[in-house]
Amino acid sequence: MARITAGVGSSHVPLLGVAHDQGNERDDYFGPIFAGYDWTRDWEKQEKPDVVILVYNDHASAFDMKFIPTFAIGCGERYKPADEGWGPRKVPDVIGHPDLAWHIAQSLILDEFDMTIINEMDVDHGLTVPLSMMFGACEAWPTTVIPLAVNVVTYPPPSGNRCWALGEAIARAVESFPEDLNVQIWGTGGMSHQLQGARAGLINPEWDNRFLDLLEADDDAVRHIPHIEYLRETGSEGIEMVMWLIMRGALGARVKTLHRHYHVPCSNTAIGHIVLEPNT
Amino acid sequence: MSHLDIHAYLAEFEDIPGTRVFTAARARQGYHLNQFAMSLMKPENRERFKADERAYLDEWAISEEAKQAVLARDYNALLDIGGNIYFLSKLFSTDGIAFAQAVSTMTDMSWPEYRQMMLDGGRSPQGVRSIREGR
Repeated sequence: MARITAGVGSSHVPLLGVAHDQGNERDDYFGPIFAGYDWTRDWEKQEKPDVVILVYNDHASAFDMKFIPTFAIGCGERYKPADEGWGPRKVPDVIGHPDLAWHIAQSLILDEFDMTIINEMDVDHGLTVPLSMMFGACEAWPTTVIPLAVNVVTYPPPSGNRCWALGEAIARAVESFPEDLNVQIWGTGGMSHQLQGARAGLINPEWDNRFLDLLEADDDAVRHIPHIEYLRETGSEGIEMVMWLIMRGALGARVKTLHRHYHVPCSNTAIGHIVLEPNT
Repeated sequence: MSHLDIHAYLAEFEDIPGTRVFTAARARQGYHLNQFAMSLMKPENRERFKADERAYLDEWAISEEAKQAVLARDYNALLDIGGNIYFLSKLFSTDGIAFAQAVSTMTDMSWPEYRQMMLDGGRSPQGVRSIREGR
């Protein structure tokens, strides 16, 4: 039986991909950020997940304004890194897991989550930066990946409550897959950042850390934070944090914290990272 | 959440200082502007745009106001007419400038000042959460 063994939360700032790709991970600026991922890179080598369900948002790369799916699941065989305007990142292609992905897609729809199904797309920094952060440089990614894209660009994005419930439904779907697979779920994006207008550069470490505390808690209060609170407190792009709730919802009522990291700044953004496991 | 009033939900967005939330109204207004920006994902389009920006813009169903704002790289004006930052970032990339540098042009700071603010921990939310409540 497939099982979700851990959840990972992480920012996916594109500049982290640039730092990694150009070999600047340990300089004065990026060193303190990447140091917070060393623990996770070692841990992932032990854990060897078979599949990562990677919750992220596309940043006007695979999806433009023609189609705006709220929740979309990648059921394809493989995905290429997107050209986001400066050429594609020179990282390995992302290999999908169509058997599990289609199983999850079908299960979710029967569970009343009406998913969009993707067979072909390129994947942008939202998906490839977390892979680099967790696995470092490699010839091939050491896991298969099921991309799960969430609209957090055009309003309204899904509510935190709905994201949490989707996570719960994903966990049910994974548990009903007959093959013995070690599955992780990652929620990416955030933390506080605003990339636009006169208020750009907003950072709120107190709020971000309270959010991390709430993810660790044995209750689900975090799912009820309204959009307006993310916007006011964490900047217009801080709304990406609702995607972490899909990860958290999939882990069950109680979790154990294995690792946590927070750093300001990376470009315009506060970096947050957490590793949780179900505590049943 | 199921009984959330959509009008109240949207009205609150206008109460955040220095912020344009990318609502459906903005997405409609900026549709062709954002699709123009999206077209710069392709290297051949970036080359054509760089060779003659005005001619390239004229191929798109966008207003003269939007074209002028693109030519001036006036990102606040582009946000006002429905541009979205992730789409507009294709223009930063085409210009070869860092995302944060382009973002700084929307603030009242120079790029070195903005960069320093971020190094110092970023902009405090104090006083910029709500216009109405002044907090």
